[in-house]
Amino acid sequence: MPILTLITFLPLFGAVLILFAPKGKDNLVRWISAGITFLTMVLGFYVFYIFNRNTAELQLVEKASWIPSFGISYFMGLDGLSMAMLVLTPFLSFLAAVYSFNIKERVKEYFFFFLLLETGMLGVFVALDFFLFYIFWELTLVPMYFLIGIWGGPRKEYAAIKFFLYTLFGSVIMLLGILALYLSVPAATRTFDIMELSRIHGLTPGFQQYIVYIALFIGFAIKVPVFPFHTWLPDAHVEAPTAVSVILAGVLLKMGTYGLLRISYTILPDAAKYFAIPLLILAFINIVYGAFVAMAQKDLKKMIAYSSVNHMGYCLLGIAAMSTVGLNGAILQMVTHGVITSALFFLVGVIYDRTHSRDIDGFGGLMNKMPVYSALMIFACLGSMGLPGLAGFVSEFMCFSGAFSSTLNPVVYKTFTALSVAGLVITAGYFLIMIQKVFLGPINDKWKDIPDMNMREMIAIAPLMVLMVLLGILPVIASGISVESVKSLVSILGVKV
Amino acid sequence: MVEKNLLVLLILIPLLPLLAFIVNIFFGKKLATKSAYISIAAISGSFIISLYLFFGMVSGGEKMAEFKFDWLSFGDNGVRLGIMVDGLTAVMLVVVTTVSLLVKIYSIGYMRGDSRYSRYYAYLSMFTVAMLGLILANNFLLLFISWELVGLFSYLLIGFWYEKKSASDAGKKAFITTKVGDLGFFIGLMLIFTVFGTFNFKELGELLNTGIASGSVSVATLNWIGILIFFGAVGKSAQFPLHVWLPDAMEGPTPVSALIHAATMVAAGVYLVARTFFIYMHAPLAMEVVAYTGAFTAIFAASMALVAYDIKRVLAFSTVSQLGYMIMALGVGGYTAGMFHLTTHAFFKALLFLGAGSVIHGAGTQDIREMGGLGKKMKITMVTFLIACLAIAGIPPFSGFYSKEEVLSAAFNSGHYLIYAVGTLTALITAFYMFRLFFMTFTGKMRSELHPHESPKTMTIPLMVLALLSVVSGVLFVSGHSFEKLVYFGLKEAVVPEGGHGGSHFVLYMSLAVAVLGITLAFFMYYLKKISPEYLAEKMAPVHKLLLNKYYIDELYEIVFINPSKRLAGFFFKFDQKIVDGAVNGSGFMTLLMSKIQNAFDKGYVDGAVNGAGWIANKSGELLKQLQTGFVQNYILISVVGLFIVIMLRVIFK
Repeated sequence: MPILTLITFLPLFGAVLILFAPKGKDNLVRWISAGITFLTMVLGFYVFYIFNRNTAELQLVEKASWIPSFGISYFMGLDGLSMAMLVLTPFLSFLAAVYSFNIKERVKEYFFFFLLLETGMLGVFVALDFFLFYIFWELTLVPMYFLIGIWGGPRKEYAAIKFFLYTLFGSVIMLLGILALYLSVPAATRTFDIMELSRIHGLTPGFQQYIVYIALFIGFAIKVPVFPFHTWLPDAHVEAPTAVSVILAGVLLKMGTYGLLRISYTILPDAAKYFAIPLLILAFINIVYGAFVAMAQKDLKKMIAYSSVNHMGYCLLGIAAMSTVGLNGAILQMVTHGVITSALFFLVGVIYDRTHSRDIDGFGGLMNKMPVYSALMIFACLGSMGLPGLAGFVSEFMCFSGAFSSTLNPVVYKTFTALSVAGLVITAGYFLIMIQKVFLGPINDKWKDIPDMNMREMIAIAPLMVLMVLLGILPVIASGISVESVKSLVSILGVKV
Repeated sequence: MVEKNLLVLLILIPLLPLLAFIVNIFFGKKLATKSAYISIAAISGSFIISLYLFFGMVSGGEKMAEFKFDWLSFGDNGVRLGIMVDGLTAVMLVVVTTVSLLVKIYSIGYMRGDSRYSRYYAYLSMFTVAMLGLILANNFLLLFISWELVGLFSYLLIGFWYEKKSASDAGKKAFITTKVGDLGFFIGLMLIFTVFGTFNFKELGELLNTGIASGSVSVATLNWIGILIFFGAVGKSAQFPLHVWLPDAMEGPTPVSALIHAATMVAAGVYLVARTFFIYMHAPLAMEVVAYTGAFTAIFAASMALVAYDIKRVLAFSTVSQLGYMIMALGVGGYTAGMFHLTTHAFFKALLFLGAGSVIHGAGTQDIREMGGLGKKMKITMVTFLIACLAIAGIPPFSGFYSKEEVLSAAFNSGHYLIYAVGTLTALITAFYMFRLFFMTFTGKMRSELHPHESPKTMTIPLMVLALLSVVSGVLFVSGHSFEKLVYFGLKEAVVPEGGHGGSHFVLYMSLAVAVLGITLAFFMYYLKKISPEYLAEKMAPVHKLLLNKYYIDELYEIVFINPSKRLAGFFFKFDQKIVDGAVNGSGFMTLLMSKIQNAFDKGYVDGAVNGAGWIANKSGELLKQLQTGFVQNYILISVVGLFIVIMLRVIFK
């Protein structure tokens, strides 16, 4: 059974299916979408279950010749680098679909784009042919543009166009890099096969390889986002509807870090090493700068958007480390950040739906009015602060330890890692300030009739809370997936352990 | 004991309160006041097991048990977490479970009628779990995890009455201040991981010894590790310069102060240094840092206690000072002495706090200027409080006398005479301010309209139990050197010489003398009122003001750290909006402008010769304009641009 194809295109099938739903049957559309995303999620868990952790070999490979004259093939497969994201993506998509039941206008179109987006994201994580990868990569762009531009907030047009142009700009540069790689080898051996490209190392180390690396890096860096390419993120997040913010933070950003590992590191290891220290410094900037800017926010959602900049910095730190601990940590960080930040965005959505406000200074004393909501929000904040016992701690700890113990340039690495640690206390600072302003103190009379969480919201959020605890207490369930693949990646990079 | 049974018992110790937490947090509303009994039952179980283990250790000599499991994997080596028990752990287990049990019983009366009664017991139980995890951990990582968790529950309990801004502020301050210390600890952990690749204490100890023998581990590295770890202790044990959170933490309910901010969590820093003493032994510089930080904190905090008027704040300063004492003891190599003082202090300081709670409960105020003469109405509270005061002042045969004397002996015998002098002076100040507090609260005439009454039995019984412990814990542990046999490090003779109290007679008589002197002075000033404290305060107004304002350190931090980071955040945000995002918007604007100009140029001046170029300019202009239209076909067109470039490049490179 071509399970990867199935899982990737099941949402697309759902998207087509709902186009046939009779007009006005919004609930039918909602339930079809929930059903399809649920099935996809089940398939994701199934793949996770059958996935063999003890090998770095590609698994569940599907390969068929597609456009042989250009060396393009339909090539899908899974290994430790992508496994985690292939289970996280459908999981978050399902929760987001459930949460999206509150979408009231143009329901059919909404879910059409939503499911299309899911196919794009899943494709990115399973595609092993550059051409295929690029198609899926671009496929995520258009639905996202509409989801923000139609169902977004007051400045939705601006945010949508900015998102679109910015990431399109990135992918065009990335495409140039891809083509340069493609064209760098003799015509007979030209291929878009990522694994093959990694083996032949078309570009000799030096100027050419660096240029290509930078081109690819810009494409990925915009997605992550890496400073200074991050300004589309707060705008997109603030304007996007809740479920779309969740997908954006939970999955789309990880396409960038995944791309770095899967493509830049795998194909251009020498350039990756050459640019390791600049990447480390960018990670440091992301962490500290992101945390400081988050602290200055008055808008709850914007604060969490900037905290994503900060948290993706930890991920970059692990990637820059180029060690087994760091890279495993980075992959785990993608998952834990996906879980925690998704929970935070859902929770911001909950309060926004009730009050139509996200002004941190405008709340107060919610703890006594919405005890369940407050408890969950504080819990998620603690997760984001990297509290031990919750998921975030483990991956942050690994990213930090990996970078600190990196053998590439011990002094520089130790210095920047130690400086980056400051991000942890700033993060604690802005979350605690927010908690105090929003939840503690006397109740603000304006919100005295505010209802607590409802069932739909609980279904979307509770699983994330459970996962946050589970991964925090027993990280071994997730941390083992990537071990073998990371080992082989480290040997490709040729960094001594 | 069969090892397997021992492990079951060990796991049960934190597991019982954990169950109580789960029950209370999910079913608290239904249970209402019954939640207290669940917590108390659970901690009683842990207490009995701890006692059993403790006496097993005392009678059966050494026992080490370890239990490990895979926690995290990355590459060939992962992290295994586990728990273990040895003499040090056993003592800590007894201290923590005893105080925890008594505080939970006491809280029945103290917290009666609170709207979040079950939540209170849930938090208290979970705090105990984390604290037990901290002392049972056999490795740095589990210790650190528990360390952060006790911090969290401290935060939640300080801010328990979060409707009050001062309470939520204090919680926030405690969390962030200790977090600053934890950053150092965290870096220290990474350094340990980088150098040794393991967090297990036993393995570390072995690697350390072989590393030093082979010269692969330098003393400089160990000094770094020692100092970085000590940052954590400085934060948690409220040592200078991170002591600022503890006085504010008194915003929490008083039993919480007794448990967390007097007896257990704040002692965790001391425990940390003791637990990792095998590193400090080889890190002389780190040891010195520890010793001087402790000594300075001891006298520094004691000076602030001299002028404080809030009964709990006096005790808070006293706690900071006594923690300094313990840290100082460890720093001069007095491993046993430091842990001994931790143990006795846990009992008498918990007693002082619970006594203060009883006073606050009965009198309805925390300001000792408004009290006076409470002893007549609150006999049990007064007597037990007096016992604790005598213990902390260091009067024999009360427990504090023995432990304090050992601490001072350790300083004296190790040749740290300055530290010894500071310690002795601190002892004098301590005796004085404790009895100032006692006389102002319980003796003389009532200075305001209060209607004091003795507290209920649930509160007074824990007081009496703790009073008993404050009297006997010193003698019991000293007789037959039972404490030294249980809690010692490496070679005993290096720490405490055999025979006697381990100190010279000089140290013994000096500490007795200063204790008596301090009490006498307080007696003259606050009981007989022969010397007017107001007059003294006036005479030394600048000093008095300085002490009253806690050396203006809070204000200093406000100026040096808090405001600049807020400004920096604001600045970075502006920079982000104006410069980084400005560049993005600017380039977007420029592109649009260019396309418009080209468009106009194309329309106005184009002729046949430039048709081709004009066509491209026109199309690109249109394309960019159309990005804003929102038609699907345009976006598909953009995606097709990708393909267009493929073909272009292929043509060019062919």
